Amino acid sequence: MPDTAVADPPAPGESRSTGPTRRVVTEVPSVVDRRFNAITLGSGIAVLVLLVLVGIFLLIQSSEALSESGILRFLTRTEWRTDVQPPRIGVMGLLAGTVLVALVGIVVAVPLSIFTALAITEYSTARRRRWLIGVVDLLAAVPSLLFGLWGFLYLSDKIIPISTWLTQNLGFIPIFSTQENASLTGSIFIAGIVVGLMVLPIITSVTREVFSQTPPGEKEAALALGGTRWGMIRSVVLPYGRGGIIGGSMLGLGRALGETIAVALLLPQVPQRIGDSIHILQNGGATVSGFIANRAGADSFTVSGLMAAGLVLFIITLATNMVASVVVARSRSGVGVEL
Amino acid sequence: MSSEVLDPMTSAETSSDLSPVDPTPPVRSAPRRARRPREFTNFDVWVLVGSLVSALCLNWLIFYRLTVGASLFGFLLCSYLTFLVVFALVTADRVGRLVATDRVMTVVVVSAATAVFVPLVLLVGYILIEGIKALRPNFFISDQEGITPILPATSGGASHAIIGSIEQVGLALIWSLPLALAAAVFLNESRSRWRRPVRIFVDAMSGLPSIIAGLFIFATLILPFAKSGNPLFGYNGFMASLALAITMLPTITRTVDVVLRLVPDGLREASLALGASRARTVFSVVFPTARTGMTTAVVLGIARAVGETAPLLFTAFGYDLMNSNPFSGSQESLPLFVYRNIRKPDISAIQRGFSGALVLLLLVVGLFALARFLGRDRSKRVRSR
Repeated sequence: MPDTAVADPPAPGESRSTGPTRRVVTEVPSVVDRRFNAITLGSGIAVLVLLVLVGIFLLIQSSEALSESGILRFLTRTEWRTDVQPPRIGVMGLLAGTVLVALVGIVVAVPLSIFTALAITEYSTARRRRWLIGVVDLLAAVPSLLFGLWGFLYLSDKIIPISTWLTQNLGFIPIFSTQENASLTGSIFIAGIVVGLMVLPIITSVTREVFSQTPPGEKEAALALGGTRWGMIRSVVLPYGRGGIIGGSMLGLGRALGETIAVALLLPQVPQRIGDSIHILQNGGATVSGFIANRAGADSFTVSGLMAAGLVLFIITLATNMVASVVVARSRSGVGVEL
Repeated sequence: MSSEVLDPMTSAETSSDLSPVDPTPPVRSAPRRARRPREFTNFDVWVLVGSLVSALCLNWLIFYRLTVGASLFGFLLCSYLTFLVVFALVTADRVGRLVATDRVMTVVVVSAATAVFVPLVLLVGYILIEGIKALRPNFFISDQEGITPILPATSGGASHAIIGSIEQVGLALIWSLPLALAAAVFLNESRSRWRRPVRIFVDAMSGLPSIIAGLFIFATLILPFAKSGNPLFGYNGFMASLALAITMLPTITRTVDVVLRLVPDGLREASLALGASRARTVFSVVFPTARTGMTTAVVLGIARAVGETAPLLFTAFGYDLMNSNPFSGSQESLPLFVYRNIRKPDISAIQRGFSGALVLLLLVVGLFALARFLGRDRSKRVRSR
C-alpha cells in the first residue's frame, strides 16, 4: 500500500536559510480524500453493522416465542406444535435433522472433494486442470433449487435401491436400521447426498488452493528419494494441507447446515424425535432452514418461533464459518488462502 | 523432472548395474532406457481393461444371474470396487506393492474427478429433457391467468416471473453494488484498523444461509409495519430485492476485493506521486485497470442472486399474475415460479415448473459462461466462488 505521508521532516532552521524551501509532504489529506475515506470506512462498517443487525432483529422478533416457552426449553424440546395450548415449540428436532443431513453431506463430499482437488493439482495437465476447475465451478453455480428439483424427482428413485440394500444387509448397524414398512423416500440419507453434491465445490476449491501451495521443494525431495507419486502425496501434500482440508470441510459443513430449498423439497419437514433412535434411511426428518421455508406466511406466533429457529441457525452457521476461517488461517498451508 | 526419477521397485535389475563390482562406469550408461515410474505401457492398458472386464462380468453374474432385485447403480458401484481389488492384485503381483498402491490411487483419483462430471451431466440432462417438453414461446409472453389444473402444460407462461426476476435482481444490484464496491475499496485501499473485522464479517456473511436474509428483511421491514397497511412494507418485489442484495453483497465484495488486489501497487504509487488524491487514484487508475474483473464480479453476483429462492419466500411471496410494480403487492420470480409449481399436485403444473427450471438453468449457465469469458483476458486469476 503506497503511503502519502513521507515522514521526512527537515531539520529546523536548515531549510529556511538556504535556497528554495524544501516541500514538506504532510499526512493531512485533502477534503476530497477525507470524504472518500469516510465513505469507504462507512461502507465497511455498514457491512459489519448489517450482520449484527440481522442477529438483533431476529432476536427481537423471536422474543415472543422465546419468552413463551423459555429459552432453555426452546433449545431442548423436540416437538413443534402450535395447535395445543400453550403451544409447545422447540428447535431440537430441527437441529438434529440439520446436523444429520449436513454430516451425511460431508461424508459424501469430503473424500470426493479431496480426490478431485488432488486430480486438479497433482494429476492433471494444464488443459485438463482448466476443464476440471470449470466443471467444479459450474457445479457451484447451479442454483440450490435445481439441485432440489433434480434430487426430488430423479435422484431419489435411484438412491432408494441403495437404501433398501443398506437397510436389508447392514440394518444391524443402528444408523442403517429402519422401522417396519417404512417408506424410504424423503430420507435424510437422500437429502444428505444432494447436499453433499452442493457443498462439494466449496470444499474442493479450498483444498485445491491449499494443495497448490505445497512447497515444490518438498515434493521434489519426496520424489527424489524414490517415492511414487502417491507416496509423495501421502507424505508431503496431505500433511501439508491438513489444516486446509479440515477448514474446508468445516466451511462445507457451514454451507450444508444452511442449505434451504433443496432440503425443503427433499424432506417431509416434520420434526423428529431423536430420543428413540436415528433412522436416516427412512422417510422423515426436518432441518431448521427447510422448516422455515415451508412455513412462509404462517401466523404471528409461528413466525416468532421461526425467527427463533432462524436465530439458532444463524449463530451456528456463523460460528462454524468463523472457526473454519480460523483453522485455515492458522494452519501452515492456509496463509493467504482465500476462503 | 519427476518422470525421470528412478523407481525403487521397477529398477530392481538396474541396481546390479550400479554396484561397485560392475566394471562399466555407473550412472551415465546404466539404464539404456530411462525407467519412468509413471510410464504406461500397452501391457498396463490391458491389465486395466482386463480388470475392468473381469469385474463387470463377475458382478453381472452375481447381480443378474445368481440374485434378483439389483439396481444399475448398485451394480456399477460393486463392479467398480471389484475392479479396484482385481487391478490392485494384478498390479501388485506384477510390479510390487508400492507401485501397485500408486497405480490404484491414480485410478481412484482420476475416477473421483470423473465422478464429479456425472451429477452435473445428469442434472443438466434431466432438466433439459424434462424442461424442453412443455416449453413454448408463450412461456415468455403470457402469465398464469385463467390457468386451471385441467389445462395442458403448454398453456400459460411465466412472463410475470421473468419480469419479477429482472426487477428484483436489478434493484438488488442497485442497492448492493455501491456498498460492495466501497467495501472492497475499503478492504484494499485504506489503512484502517477496521479492515480485519470487516473482512471476517464479509466472509461470515457469504456463508450466511440465504433464508436468513429473507427472514431478516421480513423481521425488520415487513412485520413491524404489517398493521400500517402501507403496500411498500408488505410482500413485494422491493423487499425481495433488499433480501437479494444481502446475499449478493459478499459475493461481489469478495470478488472485487480479489480483483483490486491484482492491480499493481506501482500504478497506485505513480498516481499518488503525481499528486492525485486517493479518491482520484481509485477512480482513475485502480477501477479502470480492474474493470473487466469488476464486471466479472457483478455478473457472478447476478448469477448467484437470480437463482436464489429462499430469501424470496418471506419477501416477494409469489403471485400467479403479472405484477410489474415491484413496490406494491406480492410478486413472482423465476425461482419462485419453479418452486411453487413443482410442489403442486397436478402434472401440468410440475411440467411448467420444469420449463421454468430449464430457463433458469440456461440463464445461470449463460451468466456463468459470460463471467468466465469476461474474466478470461486480464484477470485470469479471478476465482468464481
